[in-house]
Amino acid sequence: MVADELIREIKTNVVMGRVDSSDEGYDGKMEGKPGVSELVRDAIKQDISGKRLIDALSEAMVTVGEKYDSGEYLIPDMLAGAESVGTAMDILEPHLIHSDVKSKGTFVIATVEGDLHDIGKNIVATLLKGAGYNVKDLGAGISAEKIVEAVKEYNAEFVGLSALLTTTMIKMASVIELMESEGLRSKVKVLIGGAPTSPDFAKKIGADAHCRDAFEAIDILRDITP
Amino acid sequence: MNDGTFRAGTLVAPTFRLSEEQIRILHDSSLRVLNDLGITCFNEEAVSLFEEAGCITAISDGENAWNIRIPEKVVMEAIESAPSRIVLGAPDWANRLILDSREARVYFGTGSETNIFLDTEIADFVCTTDSSITMRHPIYKEKRGTILRLCESARLCDSLPNVDFFIRNVNIQDEGISVSNKDINVFFASLLYTAKHVQAGLVDISSLDNVVRLGEIIAGGTASFQDNPLISFIACLIKSPLQMVEDTTQKVIEISRRGLPLVISSSPQGGSTAPIQEEGMVSLINAEILAGITLTQLVNPGTPALYGAVPVRARLDTLHDFYGAPEFIHYNIDCVEMARFYNIPCYSTAGVGDSKVPGIQATVEKLFSQLAVAQSGAQYIHYAFGLLDRTNIFCPVQAILDDAHISLVREILRPPIVNEEVTEASIVEIRKVTASSTRLFARHIRKQMRRGLVSQPYGLEGEGDRDEALENACAKLKEIQETAEKQLSDEVIDEIYKKIAGVLPKDNFEL
Repeated sequence: MVADELIREIKTNVVMGRVDSSDEGYDGKMEGKPGVSELVRDAIKQDISGKRLIDALSEAMVTVGEKYDSGEYLIPDMLAGAESVGTAMDILEPHLIHSDVKSKGTFVIATVEGDLHDIGKNIVATLLKGAGYNVKDLGAGISAEKIVEAVKEYNAEFVGLSALLTTTMIKMASVIELMESEGLRSKVKVLIGGAPTSPDFAKKIGADAHCRDAFEAIDILRDITP
Repeated sequence: MNDGTFRAGTLVAPTFRLSEEQIRILHDSSLRVLNDLGITCFNEEAVSLFEEAGCITAISDGENAWNIRIPEKVVMEAIESAPSRIVLGAPDWANRLILDSREARVYFGTGSETNIFLDTEIADFVCTTDSSITMRHPIYKEKRGTILRLCESARLCDSLPNVDFFIRNVNIQDEGISVSNKDINVFFASLLYTAKHVQAGLVDISSLDNVVRLGEIIAGGTASFQDNPLISFIACLIKSPLQMVEDTTQKVIEISRRGLPLVISSSPQGGSTAPIQEEGMVSLINAEILAGITLTQLVNPGTPALYGAVPVRARLDTLHDFYGAPEFIHYNIDCVEMARFYNIPCYSTAGVGDSKVPGIQATVEKLFSQLAVAQSGAQYIHYAFGLLDRTNIFCPVQAILDDAHISLVREILRPPIVNEEVTEASIVEIRKVTASSTRLFARHIRKQMRRGLVSQPYGLEGEGDRDEALENACAKLKEIQETAEKQLSDEVIDEIYKKIAGVLPKDNFEL
């Protein structure tokens, strides 16, 4: 496949939400054909530039977003597109180190200590990856110390904290307090989310924003990203 | 398999209320009722038929009626001769219904013949103590049943995806309607606006051939009508307890003689015309329906007769019908099981509200019976759309609500698909997702959506915090009124006017 065709195929497969060849895609007819993983690997072999690939992935995700906004796509379709882009980014990452391609920023995300609910956090992480952020997903039940350690290690610009329980949401405050005492708070934007949280709670604990859902998280990030 | 030439309905895995032993006990008790007590029959021709078959008859009621004692052998031979599979045709071939007693394929339709047509409007209200508080609330207007309202109802039901068949549900009371022309105008108004199966009772037996001719014209000829009987009849043969009235009995004889599909229906009221207790009610109604089915088979063996069960309970404060009663559901489920025992397709009853307006009471009363009776595997459930105030009101907006609710009932009753192949595919999916960083199954939902296995949210859900179901139902009704069309071509309509007497002028049917 020549480069232009490969780029077109990658875009089509992101829109179809096909991580790999085993996926049948949005229209259910594509099983067995190369998916985003195979196509991106092929593109790397062909020395197609990282910038060109990332531009193609971003454009395809814009199309996915438009289809979602128009009602043609539902959330599973949106997540499928984002997961395809996330997988592509994982494959591309080692090849981008020496290139001039920059992500939209590094985002450390975790469900706070004492809380093992990670569905919402996983959805946010998937969509953020799809939107071009370098996402470091620490998992669920993560202590304030580990989160702050990761912020330092990855030089993160953003932190996302999630909690489902009223008993664990207060741990978000501990993370912010620790970031302040470590002198990191002014360099990092903190976004929180989860069923029991609210804009008032975000304000109370000193977070930068409360996100109702993954889509609002992306909108907020777009607004606060320089 | 549905090859596209009949409606899919909902194929359910039926649940059972009665044990095999209980069914046998009820069967035996009905046979005892028929053999020991017999039925009172006011139709002489029917008496002769029963007599010739070996029943014991005796004059009763001052020579106006006969007592007919029907032995088990006669009943069992009739059951054997009654078809276990009945095809109800439709103007649109894809709307045909296959009623097979051996499969629990459930169809829902309309029913009753209401005198009141309830219009709904949504109006804005302002709080009298705080004018900043406003709300939207329905206003209802009762209207008389007319031809146009029957046309409107047929057009609506043609558009509602969960209505599988149309039983005329509005009593036409126009000035030009008389006993002699009512039947033809009822069938014409219905078939003008729906391409689904149409069913009604006959007011006047002399209309029968006229109505059949109408069906033949729409079907495209006599032979086509035989292949595709797009109309059928309901005969409320029995006046409970245990009486066959003269005129309806004659209608049953004539319809059976022509081999047309018909429902043998009985509607005893537990607490007044039947025992209130389940076993007593079912012993009685089952005996009554079996007597009617026996008559159809004596007239013409092989007549496609449905086991028509409309058992209700009496309210104890008014002796009105009480459709929201749990006993109503018990009675109906039992009848479905008795019909299955006899291998005869069951015309059953569910979805009536005692409430006079749409709302929480109506929804609760309707949904319990719609779900429970359908779950028992009744092939043909009438009364399921738009009925309020027992069976006195048809409300189009309620029919739209019922359509949305029956859509959920169908989803709930969808049988499981568990086999080696799909289960293996699920294991592959689980393996794949648990190995991924997202650990989310969302992407794989799409495959199941394509298989038709992922249900949709409530069809009349609002966007805001308020319950907007009624408003959305009103909006949907308006949309249907603006877009739905007649189902008969001008050529067919002209042919009907040319060949059939008694149809009122065309402007009576123009919506």
